[in-house]
Amino acid sequence: MLAMDYRGPRRVRIEHKPMPVIQHPRDAVVRVTRSCICGSDLHLYHGMVPDTRVGMTFGHEFCGVVEEVGPEVENLKRGDRVLVPFNIACGQCHFCKQGLFGNCHEANPQSTAVGGIFGYSHTAGGYDGGQAEYVRVPYADFGPTRIPDWMDPDDAVLLTDVVPTGYQAAEMGGIQKGDTVVVFGAGPVGLMAARCAWLFGAGRVIVIDHVEYRLEFARTYCPAEVYDFREIGDPVVFLKKITEIGADVCIDAVGADASGNAWHTLFGKKLKLEAGNATPLAWAINSVKKGGVVSIVGVYGPTGNMIPIGNVVNKGVTLRANQASVKRLLPRLVDHVQAGRIDPKGLITHRVPLEDVAEAYHLFSSKLDGCIKPILIPNAA
Amino acid sequence: MTQSEKATAAADEAPTASYPLIDAKTVVGWGVDADPENDPTWPIRDRSRDDGPGANWTPPSAQVAGVEILQSVEYGRRPAVVGESTPPAGLSGLMRRAAFRFSEGQWGHWLLLMGADRVNTVEGLFQDVGRGRIPNPLVEMGFVKYERRHEAALATAAVMGIAVAGVVLLNRRRRHLSL
Repeated sequence: MLAMDYRGPRRVRIEHKPMPVIQHPRDAVVRVTRSCICGSDLHLYHGMVPDTRVGMTFGHEFCGVVEEVGPEVENLKRGDRVLVPFNIACGQCHFCKQGLFGNCHEANPQSTAVGGIFGYSHTAGGYDGGQAEYVRVPYADFGPTRIPDWMDPDDAVLLTDVVPTGYQAAEMGGIQKGDTVVVFGAGPVGLMAARCAWLFGAGRVIVIDHVEYRLEFARTYCPAEVYDFREIGDPVVFLKKITEIGADVCIDAVGADASGNAWHTLFGKKLKLEAGNATPLAWAINSVKKGGVVSIVGVYGPTGNMIPIGNVVNKGVTLRANQASVKRLLPRLVDHVQAGRIDPKGLITHRVPLEDVAEAYHLFSSKLDGCIKPILIPNAA
Repeated sequence: MTQSEKATAAADEAPTASYPLIDAKTVVGWGVDADPENDPTWPIRDRSRDDGPGANWTPPSAQVAGVEILQSVEYGRRPAVVGESTPPAGLSGLMRRAAFRFSEGQWGHWLLLMGADRVNTVEGLFQDVGRGRIPNPLVEMGFVKYERRHEAALATAAVMGIAVAGVVLLNRRRRHLSL
């Protein structure tokens, strides 16, 4: 089968690889019909996530058709259309019982801190991902969800990560009616977080980024007030001025690949002595009001970052963060899509054949051609 | 002008807290999930199914791994399922095995893994050559196809532009001659 193949930082190609097989009684093999490149795949692509091995296939956002199931999978059968949450979760451990499906304890031998994630380095379990024609899906009796007949596969594939991550970012903000919410990052997750902030009753939604076409997109898609941080001087001062006392909720939807501070870029991205560039997180902590909430869904490496933790204490800021618990959120999100409150496929700007995966990464990474969300489509889809 | 002064000037032009740009109540779905009791931990953590301290659940049946799996020293036993992609090998494999002697809380663990990743990239080049394949970084970085596609688009645009200009010039000349 054809699959994406990682060769080192900024180098990927398409490769013939062996078909995945059932390796555990609760496995399934899924034929992929859509997969996405996620902003967090770029952290892998840029060589920022430890234990990213040459030869691995990335891809944690995918949907497809069940091809084969293991002997313990009774709720799925060959031919079922499924969307597969990016977290690999057993559904029965201490954490899964609490709805923390992004923190399953039975899916990742390499790290206790990180759950199992498809195609996301050995730090996240060493599973090959869905940027391929076929993929092995562990715990298939728990994770995959049948796609409703009415649902477009382009909507379904975005329900595997982008939509739940954006929604959970807003949910973790504990947004109350009338709150001012600032979202740092106008990538797909930031756009969705801003859109979902309204669903929780935000009174004002502000998006900060420096990529003009993405800010334009945010202005109408979310909709939101948008600001280019290159044009507003010190973003913290600016936000304090326009909110008078600081935002009620700040959301970091950027993570390790951020821009905006030369120091963090040098130490976090070039020298890799920090776990990426945490500039938006510093801005979020400093521009949220006293007693406010900072919600973090931007992905950082597992080492450490320089952030103003003293201000967290002095201001009484609540920090909330997690990988999205996709399975928990799916029923609500499917309702939102059906009711037209969320338009996931509206984020898709590029549809690329799987064979052109290298070009798709280049486009997305370099923000060319107005790229917001590229999806990969295998020939057999 | 300092960054703070620039920010203040920009803020003077922006909407204010009292008069925001967008009327929230006009946004489709506004407030449908508003929850005044949104607790700092719930629903992110559902305490109703809390089963007490310790790992006291029945684990799923264990996958029998067919390749070497490195395991965090922080685990009491191996989690039930594992990924079998790209097992450790070569010099990078030695470095990865060394890294897993440290806990996840120690920087040595992660720095060794990052170092192993860089070594692994070089190993990948040798691996390609060993299989009789010359790696082509320009193609793997997505430049070639992207640039070719854009060169083709540019060439098409140029040809069309020349054609349109030619037609316009021809028409002008005809008009000029007819006068």
